[in-house]
Amino acid sequence: MDRAEVDSRIRTIIEPFNKKSVEITDATSFAGDLEFDSLTVMDFVAAIEDEFDIIISMNQQAEIEKYGQLVDAVTGMQDK
Amino acid sequence: MSETATAAAPDLFAKFDEIIQIRENLLASGVEDPFSLVMEKVLSPTRAICNGRDTILLGTYNYMGMTFDPDVIAAGKEALDQFGSGTTGSRVLNGTYQGHREVEDALREFYGMDHAMVFSTGYQANLGIISTIAGKGDYIVLDIDSHASIWDGCAMGKAEVVPFKHNDIEAMEKRLRRIPEGAGILVVLEGVYSMLGDIAPLKEMVAIAKKYGAMVLVDEAHSMGFIGDHGRGVAEDQGVLDDVDFVIGTFSKSVGTVGGFCVSNHPKFEIMRLVCRPYVFTASLPPSVVATAATSVRKLMHAGNKRAHLWENSRRLHSGLTSLGFTLGTDEPQSAIVAVIMPDLEKGAAMWEALLHEGLYVNLARPPATPANMTLLRCSLCAEHSAEEVETILGMFERAGKAVGII
Repeated sequence: MDRAEVDSRIRTIIEPFNKKSVEITDATSFAGDLEFDSLTVMDFVAAIEDEFDIIISMNQQAEIEKYGQLVDAVTGMQDK
Repeated sequence: MSETATAAAPDLFAKFDEIIQIRENLLASGVEDPFSLVMEKVLSPTRAICNGRDTILLGTYNYMGMTFDPDVIAAGKEALDQFGSGTTGSRVLNGTYQGHREVEDALREFYGMDHAMVFSTGYQANLGIISTIAGKGDYIVLDIDSHASIWDGCAMGKAEVVPFKHNDIEAMEKRLRRIPEGAGILVVLEGVYSMLGDIAPLKEMVAIAKKYGAMVLVDEAHSMGFIGDHGRGVAEDQGVLDDVDFVIGTFSKSVGTVGGFCVSNHPKFEIMRLVCRPYVFTASLPPSVVATAATSVRKLMHAGNKRAHLWENSRRLHSGLTSLGFTLGTDEPQSAIVAVIMPDLEKGAAMWEALLHEGLYVNLARPPATPANMTLLRCSLCAEHSAEEVETILGMFERAGKAVGII
């Protein structure tokens, strides 16, 4: 799966979590722009994990602040 | 250093401004500070003088009422006389006395397990065991509503941390299934979750954890002495204690003193005493504390009548509060904790204060300690609350709830 396809699938998953319909770019931050609290993060991460059948541990989540970093991380896990 | 450099450095306390503001707003509303209560006198496990008022205690975790047990107190006094006020040393150096051995013997007998290791607090037991046994490359799979001591144990270690939705068996299994082959796995669960007083489906969860080759740690802090035929906790009650690798517990609830422990049948468990830093690098419990704990643990082995009365109290408080119209954390009583859900922090603090003026102490629990950002009035019952006292408590809740406008 290439980055573009990962990006498009994550965009679909993020929609119900994007309550304020913020425009999403690679620079969009989860805490600042999307205002995700810890509970939202848990549900959102679970949805991504289920979609791609992967684990994103909290250690990995700590490195992911922006949308583009998430797409990169998930794309990287697809290669393995 | 130049003046400019000094002025440019940020105040390290700036990060606390938001919580300082929330606290100031709350106190500005005139409410009695819920986090500065002082108990001037303690009359019994269920009564104290709090901020000058005679108060029924309904928020102490003193489930079995052992704090004033005459045998427990006598054992503590004797140890104080014979062994002095403190050990001034680590368990691995000069801090292991006869009493530390005796309380570990009592715990092994209480749980029917091969090994018992006593820490200076329950917090340190979780911190130490979790951070030590799950290392780099290992995975910790844990419930998202786990206690702070479990999260801090995860943060202190080097393992990959993977949480799942509270008590969600399927979510737990999905995460276990995705862990790379060959990685060590520790599943961390609690018997009773202290915020809402709900129990875990340990029977199913432990079976699934074993299916994926994981080791299982269960924190039974809020069930020891009370749940299960021998008071060993939720794992015993659900018949899976033999499949649990590590039970974490505390002396600061049913046992009625302070300290924490881990019991296990792992054949190499004793090495923990040399490699577990929160065990090694702190002073051991005072002789009087381990003497009271050992006596209390042994008495809890034969406390069937007290357990039965505590269940009666829990059921009565739960049904009474439900009929009064309060929203509770669980639909039926599952433990000795009954959590009353408040509409928001302001109403919760007002209700807490109204109850205190009635002469009732409960815990006010608020975010971030609570799940889903709830404000809770957490009631923990004691086997020493009389049936009449529980009725008195219900009357206090009714008057306070109406005064504050919650019911």
